[in-house]
Amino acid sequence: MSLLLAGYTASSCLGVGLDATWRALQTQTSGLKPCDFETVRLDTWIGEVPGVDAVQLPAALRNYDCRNNRLALLGLQQDDFEATVRQAVAQHGAQRVGVFLGTSTSGMLQTELAYRARPNGQGPLPAWFHYDETQNTYSVAAFVRAYFSLGGPAFVVSTACSSSSKVFANAQRMIDAGLIDAAIVGGVDSLCLTTLYGFHSLQLLSPQPCTPYGAGRNGISIGEAAAFALLTRVPDKVAAGAVLLRGVGESSDAHHMSAPHPQGLGAQLAMRAALRSAGLGAEQIDYVNLHGTATPSNDAAEDQAVCAVFGPRTPPASSTKGHTGHTLGAAGALEAVICALALRQQIAPGGCHTQTLDPQLHASYLLGNRALSMRHVLSNSFGFGGSNSCLILGLAA
Amino acid sequence: MTPPPLSVYLEGIGLLAPGLQGWTAGAPLLAQPEHYADTALSVPAPDCLPAAERRRVGLQIKLALAVGREAVAHAERDAAVLANVFSASSGDGDNCHAICEALASADRLISPTRFHNSVHNAPAGYWGIAMKCMAPSTSLCAHDGSFAAGLLEAAVQARASCSAALLVCSDARYPEPLHTARPLLHHFGVALVVAAAPSDRTLAQLQLSLSNERPTRLSAPPLEALRSGNPAARALPLLQALASRATATVQLEYLPGCTLAVTPGPA
Repeated sequence: MSLLLAGYTASSCLGVGLDATWRALQTQTSGLKPCDFETVRLDTWIGEVPGVDAVQLPAALRNYDCRNNRLALLGLQQDDFEATVRQAVAQHGAQRVGVFLGTSTSGMLQTELAYRARPNGQGPLPAWFHYDETQNTYSVAAFVRAYFSLGGPAFVVSTACSSSSKVFANAQRMIDAGLIDAAIVGGVDSLCLTTLYGFHSLQLLSPQPCTPYGAGRNGISIGEAAAFALLTRVPDKVAAGAVLLRGVGESSDAHHMSAPHPQGLGAQLAMRAALRSAGLGAEQIDYVNLHGTATPSNDAAEDQAVCAVFGPRTPPASSTKGHTGHTLGAAGALEAVICALALRQQIAPGGCHTQTLDPQLHASYLLGNRALSMRHVLSNSFGFGGSNSCLILGLAA
Repeated sequence: MTPPPLSVYLEGIGLLAPGLQGWTAGAPLLAQPEHYADTALSVPAPDCLPAAERRRVGLQIKLALAVGREAVAHAERDAAVLANVFSASSGDGDNCHAICEALASADRLISPTRFHNSVHNAPAGYWGIAMKCMAPSTSLCAHDGSFAAGLLEAAVQARASCSAALLVCSDARYPEPLHTARPLLHHFGVALVVAAAPSDRTLAQLQLSLSNERPTRLSAPPLEALRSGNPAARALPLLQALASRATATVQLEYLPGCTLAVTPGPA
């Protein structure tokens, strides 16, 4: 079942809202900078959203105050997204609007700061620490549900870096089952020490801006983002240029906790399931937004999977993680919104930072922007634990 | 307009909690709570995992794997092809505590294994490896409503795939200082296999709908203490109804202003 993206918005290091995001994509400008986050001292680059620290939550929701929920609110307030949601609530009722959001670390930074505030590393956490509203993985969906005074189903999907791609499938299943009429989906993930030092421990952080698909690529750059879409059934008449969710495919690698299957078997299953769910053949996909994290093994495995699904002449493909960094649990939704913009503008974004393509990789990687006639685009998201998700978006006929 | 309830068909149950050592042993105690005693929980070793992975998993993951295996065996399904939904309020609390302590220390060094075990989908990842399962899998959190969220998702997943889905819901206690901030009183794991269509494997029909009734509480104080002490244990009103073959609707705690009404019926 296709769904309409009745509204969508994204905020990342490229800027706050769709205009800033598209300006950066159009000019192939990256938002990455050398890491100066909090007290982190690591030789790496990050994608930080401007203005998050200054965001103030409504007084009634102040216990939710943490970087992740500030970023969520900043994201919700762009591109008339709030008004679009409130209109859907007025039309369908507060019980009939679901909230399904992805995050990997939720408000973890708050817990990290709370542990640091314990004298000599002993004793209870400080009184200002609100576990339920900040650290708990559900926190961001609870915050968004409370912010809009909704009464319908809600949860967070936390499957590492595929989280906010998979929420599109959750919304599709819930709407299809008749439980709700509309869903706020998206992803919010914010910078914290756990991910920066965690990826450092795995030796996966690049000391330079990440270079997806590049020769000699050596790891990721971590970013943060908030991206949202409001999904509804497709009305009989849709505006020209409207973007539809056409299909979703999900699979598991069953291989390793932090390394992809070397031939990308799980990734192939997810792409094929998405094509099946959209009722499309591989030849009908006009652009692929790769997961493309820029670690040697991730890009190699994804390339094998893409070439297996699309054959030796793949559609034009690129990763936008050179622009935004890897926004982890927000990446799926952020890249879905980037795909929606690409469809609307009929321009496929070329990757940032990559100068020379890895000769071992064979997908038709775009080093520069390309004007293309695009009807259907596909976006990959893969996460730790072997969690794979693939979205297909299309322009309404 | 009230939408029609969603019907799914229960095929298997797994259960591990203090005094409830498996569904077969636990069901009679839920049906006759006067015989229930809160005894120490023994969680089996995850011998379904390769040796390297077995050494790396904490209690919450062991709990999840054990109840998942019991439910799948009960349903006589092949775990390798079964879509799965893992739901939990939190992950491995000991692991989380160790990372937070390390990040509060001078060198901030955390181990790679601790980091990849910190993801909320770690139980699902290990399940996939253990069962060689490449089917769709998701990992959810809805705080105290995580069981209801997971059951609803497993039901729509089974329906969407015209097949069956496994739900695994497990939560383990946090160590201090997180325990004071989020007091889970005990460990609890529950798993259900639900199918889109009835078959000779069906144990019961489950009709699901969203409501705004108050959550059902258990009349036996030790079981109510169990229910309210762990998010996964919010499943107990349904488990007790199934154990005693009751068909009255139970209201499972989900979210403020939204509960999951479940009406069990005969197979």
